[in-house]
Amino acid sequence: MSEHISCEDVIERLLEFLDQELDAGAQRAIAQHMEACRACFSRAEFERRLRTRVAETGEVSAPESLRRRVRAIIERY
Amino acid sequence: MTRGIADAHTQQHASSGRRGGRTRRPRDARVVTPRAGPCVGDRRRVFEVEVDRLMDRLYGTALRLARNRADAEDVVADALAKAWAGFDALQDLQSFEKWIFRILVNTFISEQRRRRARPVEERIDGDEELDRFSLFETVHQPFLLWWSNPEQQLLDRLLREDIEQALEALPEEFRVVVIMVEVSGFSYAEAAATLEIPIGTVRSRLSRGRAALQRALWQQASHLGIAVADARGVVR
Repeated sequence: MSEHISCEDVIERLLEFLDQELDAGAQRAIAQHMEACRACFSRAEFERRLRTRVAETGEVSAPESLRRRVRAIIERY
Repeated sequence: MTRGIADAHTQQHASSGRRGGRTRRPRDARVVTPRAGPCVGDRRRVFEVEVDRLMDRLYGTALRLARNRADAEDVVADALAKAWAGFDALQDLQSFEKWIFRILVNTFISEQRRRRARPVEERIDGDEELDRFSLFETVHQPFLLWWSNPEQQLLDRLLREDIEQALEALPEEFRVVVIMVEVSGFSYAEAAATLEIPIGTVRSRLSRGRAALQRALWQQASHLGIAVADARGVVR
């Protein structure tokens, strides 16, 4: 049995939902709400895409000079 | 992570010997203590494999935190020196990834504290409206739902550089939490433990940091002229 939640509740807890920081019941309730609510689904998709773009800023190739430096640290001891 | 460690274990006794040599930075040596024992070679191999696997992500996180390449390299090198020195104390190799990212973030924070004679408070003034800013609500036009999608178009038009600049503009206390959760994948509890702050503070900083990030993106988009919707609601 899942709790009924409003769009306002969903928006209030959306980021924690996307971070999977809510308890299982709340996660399930919001997921079910999304299946029937296009407005909340659209907003969630936007937030997902934005956080993907933010996460991608951490995808950087480490320079070879750093890899050599780290190898030297490890090999020295 | 599991795969990497497993691979390393299958390559036991394959470690390289000590080859001597010194790094150019004395502070790398400052935190490392000599290691000894019959399993040093095996442990070294595990450490090397895991570090090699995570190196790009470690550097990427450090670069977002430090905001320049030289400092990011120093943060990674110092963190890995500390990690290698303390690797024997790590009992659960499955937690290697979280463990080493925690060391990375703490190394960055320690270095920031060391650089400041007095901590710089760069808080965003408490403004409830600003703290709840939503890029989606600002751009979204529900009556256009079926034939236009301005918010998605805005995201498409933002360059990676725009997002990096918006991240870099965040006050440090917000930026660190946003990067930990969104870039490095920390849970709220892990971020709280690493930063030694209550989980409620993590929630608050994350919420305000995300709002500030979206506000900065909106300002950049407006400045660049990519967030202006025409009469049909199409973002130009």
